[in-house]
Amino acid sequence: MGRNNTSWFSEKILMGRTFGEFIRDNLTIGNMIALIILIFGIYAMVYRLIYGLGPATNLSDEYPWGFWIGFDILVGIALAAPGLTVGTAIHLFGLKEYHHFAKPVALSSLLGYVFAIFALLFDLGRYYNLYNLIIWSWGFSSVLFLVGWHFFLYTIICLIEFAPVVFEWLDLKRARDFFAKLIIWATIFGVIIAGGHQSALGGLYLVVPYKLHPLWYSALLPPFFLISAIFGGISIVIIEGTITHKAFRHQIKDFDEEDFNKKLIGLGKAAACALYIYLILKLLDFAHYEKWHYLKGFYGFWYAVELIAFVLVPALMFTSAVRNRIAWLVKLGAVLTAFGVIVNRLNVCLIAYKWYVPFSQKYYPAWTEIALSAGVVTLLVLTYRFVLNRMPVLYEHPKYKSEH
Amino acid sequence: MKLNRREFLKGLGALAGTLIITKPSISQAYSKGDAPSIYATGNKANEKVWKIYEERKKKHLPPPEEPYAVLVDISKCIGCRRCEWACNEWNKNPNRPLKEFEASVHQKPSVFDKIRRPHAGNFTVVNRFYTKDGIPLYVKRQCMHCVHPACYSACLVEAYRKTPEGPVIYNKSVCLGCRYCMLACPFDIPAYEYYDPITPQITKCTMCYDRIVEGKVPACVEICTAGALTFGKRSEIVKLAWERIGNNPGKYVPYVYGEKEVGGTSWLYISPVPFEEIGFPKLEETPIPEYSERFLFMVKLFEVVGAWPLVFGAYYQITRSRKKKQSINEEKGEGHGKK
Repeated sequence: MGRNNTSWFSEKILMGRTFGEFIRDNLTIGNMIALIILIFGIYAMVYRLIYGLGPATNLSDEYPWGFWIGFDILVGIALAAPGLTVGTAIHLFGLKEYHHFAKPVALSSLLGYVFAIFALLFDLGRYYNLYNLIIWSWGFSSVLFLVGWHFFLYTIICLIEFAPVVFEWLDLKRARDFFAKLIIWATIFGVIIAGGHQSALGGLYLVVPYKLHPLWYSALLPPFFLISAIFGGISIVIIEGTITHKAFRHQIKDFDEEDFNKKLIGLGKAAACALYIYLILKLLDFAHYEKWHYLKGFYGFWYAVELIAFVLVPALMFTSAVRNRIAWLVKLGAVLTAFGVIVNRLNVCLIAYKWYVPFSQKYYPAWTEIALSAGVVTLLVLTYRFVLNRMPVLYEHPKYKSEH
Repeated sequence: MKLNRREFLKGLGALAGTLIITKPSISQAYSKGDAPSIYATGNKANEKVWKIYEERKKKHLPPPEEPYAVLVDISKCIGCRRCEWACNEWNKNPNRPLKEFEASVHQKPSVFDKIRRPHAGNFTVVNRFYTKDGIPLYVKRQCMHCVHPACYSACLVEAYRKTPEGPVIYNKSVCLGCRYCMLACPFDIPAYEYYDPITPQITKCTMCYDRIVEGKVPACVEICTAGALTFGKRSEIVKLAWERIGNNPGKYVPYVYGEKEVGGTSWLYISPVPFEEIGFPKLEETPIPEYSERFLFMVKLFEVVGAWPLVFGAYYQITRSRKKKQSINEEKGEGHGKK
């Protein structure tokens, strides 16, 4: 505190360094790769804004929804469910031993939603009309209306859940205390809102009984999406926790690896339960609608792969990991589960959609579509790191320590 | 050195040029054989129709006693494509001389070689199918104007309306361009102006709402001289379809497509061959909106009725059990102390 002229900017954003120092410190290989991805991503965004969806994507009148909806929205929102699952468990069901996860979990949900909506703006042809949805043009008969409104509400809820951390960082005690009291109410609303829209994302595909392959189409699509979002969200907590606790170990002074692994195994137990429930429902759906004869051919094979490799196998991995207390197996299972959620969403949105069309005429994403999605994911990771570096997410702010 | 730098900059400029100013050439796509109507933008027909609808609503003009419908008799269509021409003409879509349309039925190769669908710049297409005996059948496709439109129920900003006259119409001013209506449509009809970066819109057949309200018939019906298209009140059109099937035994399959499909449509078809053979999807009678209605009802039930007591109950339970645990722990602690 020798210098009086230390501005707010250099203190809070540059973390006490000058601008030149800040740039120099950030010239790492990882950041260079991120920069390259970002350049391509931003190019794709600008290209989309200038020339429109036709040139920037491979979408057509036959395939109105492509990679951006499939990956950015369906996958992105499902994997942004940590707040729904772990956040609820901590605040509502009083699992206080997991309270270390509360802040990182709130952050990942918040960023997940913000960036999913950001990516969505590029897919919407008339993005500037989005306010219509909130203000006055209400399509009550639409599942997408429900999704849109719930995204809006849930983003606000995530903001409230994360606000105390921001105000701790800014050292505004009154605002921090105000939002800290709101958290429990935000969480209650959050369960209802998040449960509603996670299932509604599956509900979006209820209107295409003739276009979605019968193995994937089901009246149970909403619960399928909800439950898979739950285990997808838990997997992300495991993966994210593992990475951040390695990369930001210097921030956590009293890090107890054994205790951390114990918690991961606890999360693995919850994920295994959700996976088994999902599997049983899937089998029930399969048997009830008598889908046996669809099992031959590519789609049958692919359905079996999805169910066995990405649901049954990770479920068994979690089970074994929990019974034998093996932390690395939980992490491996989490990676496989999260990947399985990605596969499932892309199956519903792209592969099994219009399954009667031969593969040569199907939709394949253009490079710009993938570049934009990769750019958005990179932005998310960079923002996550930016926040972790500055705000008291992984550790307790010394001033507010006693109040947790 | 100076020269080098200049060349370098030039090269850089060229690179930037290829990267940034590569406006996709539409002619390239033409040569790939894509329909040029994919690239059309700035359609005015849908907007015009919506304005008329709004004006009529403001004036409280009485709706007709009954919605209208069109019957397509596939056995009578000769593939002259005059309906396509008239549709483009009336709706101000990109058009070609009428003769070019009429000629394609005899041409080889012709546009009929490929199964087409409506795009941003054309609301109707005629496709050719061959029966098992090698006889060509011409099938007109356009919006079916469902009685319970899937596009309407899918739209999150209510950009669609089912008018009392029968047509399903679209309002671009509230549209977000999300294209969920295209996903939901069981007939794959709504098209999108993919090549408009700023104000893209959905385009589709309006059933010539602007003509119907003036007492005229749709442009395609008016120009059809083969007698393949008949316009009238829906109940009468259904009756006419069954009469034709009954009066000409063996000429038609005994089925009126669109009478019951997804709850009924305003365009009805009769055909000499089963409809699966001429590109019609096999659909159940359940209207598409019902699939999502049930779910929306469940969500409302969950959110309004079920979730509240569930969550508060859970919260109450937790606080109570926590207190119990605390008191048990305290008791235990005391017990230990006594020992």
